[in-house]
Parts: sequence; C-alpha cells; structure tokens
Amino acid sequence: MKFGRERPFAVLPFLVLPLVPLLDRNNSHIDFLTNAGAFILLALGLNIVVGFAGLLDLGYAAFFAIGSYSYAMLASQQFGIHIPFWVMLFVASVIAAIFGILLGAPTLRLRGDYLAIVTLGFGEIVPQTFLNLTQYTNGPNGISPLDSPSLFGHSFGFSATPYYEVMLALIALAVLLATNLQSSRLGRAWMAIREDELAARHMGINTTTAKLAAFALGASFSGLAGVAYAAKLSLVSPDQFQFNVSVLVLSMLVLGGMGNIWGVIVGSFTLSFINGFLLPQSTNLAHSMHLNLDFTNYRFMLYGVILVAMMLFRPEGLIPSKQRRAEFREAKLDPALAAEEQGEYTLGPGPGAGTGG
Amino acid sequence: MTPLLRLTDVRKTFGGLVAVNALSFEIEAGAIVAMIGPNGAGKSTVFNLITGVYEPTSGAIDLDGRTICGLKTHAIAGLGIARTFQNIRLFAFMSALDNVMTGRHSRMRASLFDSLLHTPAQRGEEKRVRERARELLRFCGLEREADDYARNLSYGHQRRLEIARALASEPKLLLLDEPAAGMNPREKSDLIELIRRIRDSGVTVFLIEHDMHLVMNVSERITVLDHGEKIAEGLPEAVRNDERVIEAYLGRETPAG
Ligand SMILES: Nc1ncnc2c1ncn2[C@@H]1O[C@H](COP(=O)(O)OP(=O)(O)OP(=O)(O)O)[C@@H](O)[C@H]1O
Ligand SMILES: [Mg+2]
Repeated sequence: MKFGRERPFAVLPFLVLPLVPLLDRNNSHIDFLTNAGAFILLALGLNIVVGFAGLLDLGYAAFFAIGSYSYAMLASQQFGIHIPFWVMLFVASVIAAIFGILLGAPTLRLRGDYLAIVTLGFGEIVPQTFLNLTQYTNGPNGISPLDSPSLFGHSFGFSATPYYEVMLALIALAVLLATNLQSSRLGRAWMAIREDELAARHMGINTTTAKLAAFALGASFSGLAGVAYAAKLSLVSPDQFQFNVSVLVLSMLVLGGMGNIWGVIVGSFTLSFINGFLLPQSTNLAHSMHLNLDFTNYRFMLYGVILVAMMLFRPEGLIPSKQRRAEFREAKLDPALAAEEQGEYTLGPGPGAGTGG
Repeated sequence: MTPLLRLTDVRKTFGGLVAVNALSFEIEAGAIVAMIGPNGAGKSTVFNLITGVYEPTSGAIDLDGRTICGLKTHAIAGLGIARTFQNIRLFAFMSALDNVMTGRHSRMRASLFDSLLHTPAQRGEEKRVRERARELLRFCGLEREADDYARNLSYGHQRRLEIARALASEPKLLLLDEPAAGMNPREKSDLIELIRRIRDSGVTVFLIEHDMHLVMNVSERITVLDHGEKIAEGLPEAVRNDERVIEAYLGRETPAG
C-alpha cells in the first residue's frame, strides 16, 4: 500500500468526503453524488484498459451491465437467491472479470480501429442478450425490486447516504489498486505494450496475458460499480447500459486525462455534474421562470462541444499524466513522429507487427 | 561441449523472396562474434528468427542444445536472449530508468496480486530492480540520463540505453543490431570498450555491424552473409582477405572488363 509523496493529498478527500451527508441533508444531492461515484468507478476501470494498456474499448458498458445483472439475478426474488450485497461485490467483480477475459481474448490480435469496432459490438450484444433472455431477465421490464443491502442488521432502506458511503469506500479501494498497478511490474508492462508492442515482447512480456489482465481488472471495477448502482436503484433494465454509457465513460477519460487517476476522477465528476446537476437544475430554473426549455435534451450536444474544444485546446486532458502530456506536446512539435511510429514493414502473415529489422 | 547457439540449415522466405537460405553456424559461449554482409543480405532477419519474431520456414535453432523454434518471443527472452534493434525501439515516453526496469520483466516474480496489493515481497523486488537498473545505467555511462524520457536522449545515448535495457534481463546471449549506426568516432570507441566489458561480465555477444573498423577490432569470429547465404566464416583476418567477401562488397568484376 503506497501513495508515495502524494499520500497525504490522496487520503485527504477520503477523510472529508464521508462527512458531506452531515452537512448537506438534501437527499437528492447525496443521490446525485452517489451516481457520480458509480461513474467514477467505471472511469477508473476503463482507465486501466484504455489509459494504462492502450486498448481502445468502446463497449465498456457491457461489464457495467454484467455487474448489475449479476446482483439482480443473485440478490432478488427473481430466482429466490439472496446472496448478501457485500459478498456480491466480490462475486460480481469476479464474474465481470471473467467476462472481461472472454470478451478480451478474441480481440487480442486486433489493434486500434479494429479493436474499437469489435468491443463496440460486444457493447451492443450484452444488453441485447439481457433484453432477449426474457425468461431470466424479464426482458425490457428489467428486474425489480432487488435486495436492499444491510450492515450489522440495519437495512440501507431508501436513504442515499449509506450507498454514498459505500461508493466512497469502493472508490478509495479502486484508487488504491489502480495506483498500485501503475507502479508495478504489470503497470510497466502495460506502458511498454502501449509504447511498442514488439519491443515489449522482447523484454519477456507476455503481451497476451498482460492484455487479458487489463481487460479483467478493468471489467472487475465496473462489476463493483454495477452492484452498488443496481442495489441503490433496486432495479436493472437493459436500457441503462446502451452505447451512450460507454461513450460517456470514455469521454470522462478524454476530458480528465487518460492514464492519470486523478485526472480521470475530475473528468468523470465534471461530466456527471453537468449531466446530473447543472442541466436538470437549469431546467428547473427555466421552468420556474415559465420558460419552456429542457436543457437535459442538449446533453450530448454539450458533451460534443466540450470534447471538440478539448481536442483543439488541450488534447491531453485537464490533468494529464506526465507521459501523455509529453506525447501530445512532442507530437505537436514533430508531425513526422506519428507516421514514423507506424513501423517498418506493413506485415503480411507472421507473428510480429513491424520487425525492427 | 554444446555451443550456446546453433543454427542448422535455417531458411526463411517472405512470399517469393528468400531472405535466409541454408544457414548454419554456431556460437560458443563467452565469445564476441559478428555477422556482416551487404544491405538486404538477411542479417536482421537472422536476429528476428533467433528471437522468435519469425519462425524459420525450415531448419532448426537451438539454445544450449534445446530447440527454441516455435517459441514465442517473450519465452525466448525469458530463456536468456536479449537484443537491440537496428531502428531504435525504446519505450519513447518512459524514463531511461523505467526502460531498463522494463527490461528486467522476465527476471521479476511479482504476480498480478503482488502488483495490485504492493505486498512486501513486491516492494522489495521493485527496490532491488530499481537499484540494479541504476547500476546498469552507470555501466553503460548513462547515470545522468536516468530520469529523462528515452526519446529525449541523444542518438548515441539511445543506442546505449537499448543495450542497458537488454542487459537488464541478464541474458546469456546479447544480439546487437548495428549498435554503432549513427555514432561518432568517439562514441564508437566507447562502444567497443563497452562491448568488451559486457563480454567480460559473462555475456556472449553477437553483433551485426557495417563499420568494418569496429567489427575487425572487436570480434573474434565473423560470419558473412550475402543474399541470405553464408559465404564466409572465420577469424577477422581471414574473412577480410576472402575473395568472395571482397566480391560481395565491391561487386563482381566484369570479365574482360
Ligand atoms: N517482414 C518482411 N516482409 C517482407 N520482406 C522482408 C521482411 N523482413 C525482411 N524482408 C526482406 O528480407 C531481406 C533481408 O532483409 P534484412 O532486413 O534481414 O537485411 P539486412 O541484412 O539486415 O540489411 P541491412 O544491412 O540493410 O539492415 C530484404 O530483402 C528485406 O526486404
Ligand atoms: Mg538489418
């Protein structure tokens, strides 16, 4: 366990934030923060796949769905199975990790655009499957109600506060694990694969298992998020996990700074804040002034504007990692770099891509 | 005694192109040996065959008497073959130190769970690997560059960093693909000295090089390749005076010219 020199700063938020429900007794605010927390977990998970290992995943919502449905099926009247919430956090993250490996394995030989397209396909297939397995999932109606978690015999009930505290704890865990990963043998291997896969293999890095580890770990974070999110809502339905969720989480990384844990958190919270607070509140304000405006309809337009602006003015994200910043800065100075990095030979058959020869 | 590396009748074709043909040679442990030949002779392809980037179309490659044909590149690296690349392939946006630490991957034990939880064993290993990496940077004359991005090093330093990174895996056999390319005379003589020190530390060195001065100076045996075939082999002095070698380099004299 280590945060290095950042440690005091890293711990501080997790000491202060649990007190928020004492100061702000508006349940809808806490509810909003809890949802935002679920998306921070998702963003931290996707960051492992895309930010650390450099594997563009456009179907990440699939694992969120798998985590949520795991809870719905194993902790509700649906099959009469009632595994406790706390156990399900572990079980669902393992289930999601297994699916991370199953869905990751066929994509291992693919890169860039092709990888993105296949993961996009998986992102579509998974919610479709939950939609169509009507006898197990109730199809479009979803599964509800789900078991309410309890701690020391006290049920969580309808207040958002206990979920909020759980979400904070999960985020703290996720931050700790992601930070650890980053400065470890595996984290370096991912970085090396992102930089030069062929050279990475020559270092003895088994790129297959390293990539599968990224898919599995990334997916397991969204298993956690799925369980907590589903339990709070006491409902899962296939429409919660559409393509736009995958895009939203990816946008959080782009906005915040891919590869940087704190950047990802800031990016994630910013979009959640716009989405879950700013737009609804503006709409309420407009309605109270008898203006017939619904700002929430402009959500995706706003994301679009933000992302385009980011690409133009700060493509490395709000709080980028050192690497990303250097990559973007230098790529700007040296347009030949990108072309040069495509490698020597465009390969036909053969195990390697580019030969270094 | 079994040689460290043995190629037996190795052939590699790319479509219709025969890049390496009927190539056999052996490398004894503890030697510095070189492979030379004109551009496109197939030298780098030989390295790519040894490190498992390509599988031979036919023939056998043995390390310590055991075949490594068909093994994946990472497995071959784990068995003790490290290399540098003709076109430098450092991890550009990682520090020099991280590059070398990455080179140690195959000698590290930290599991997925160690990496996740930073167990005491993991932390101890990281510390040792970092120290070892610093030693290697010093060994290669790069101690002051430790924290710079690989990309920001000078060309000569990048070539040395590739060597430091390769040495991090404690290889039995080090393959150097044109290590002196782009170096000035000063850097070249430092390189010769470095290659000797590497051999003295117990690593067998196999290098490809166009700089004849360097090759003749440092290597104990030389294999000459032309059009994918071995045309000569032996001591530097003998190879230098071999007619076929001179022909391959200078072109065939036209009869009745
Ligand atoms: N992946 C590949 N696909 C197709 N042809 C290849 C491939 N790799 C090498 N070749 C061809 O094989 C031949 C030998 O190439 P190789 O790179 O081994 O030569 P070399 O001796 O290293 O030359 P140089 O001194 O220029 O580095 C060349 O004709 C090259 O074009
Ligand atoms: Mg070559």
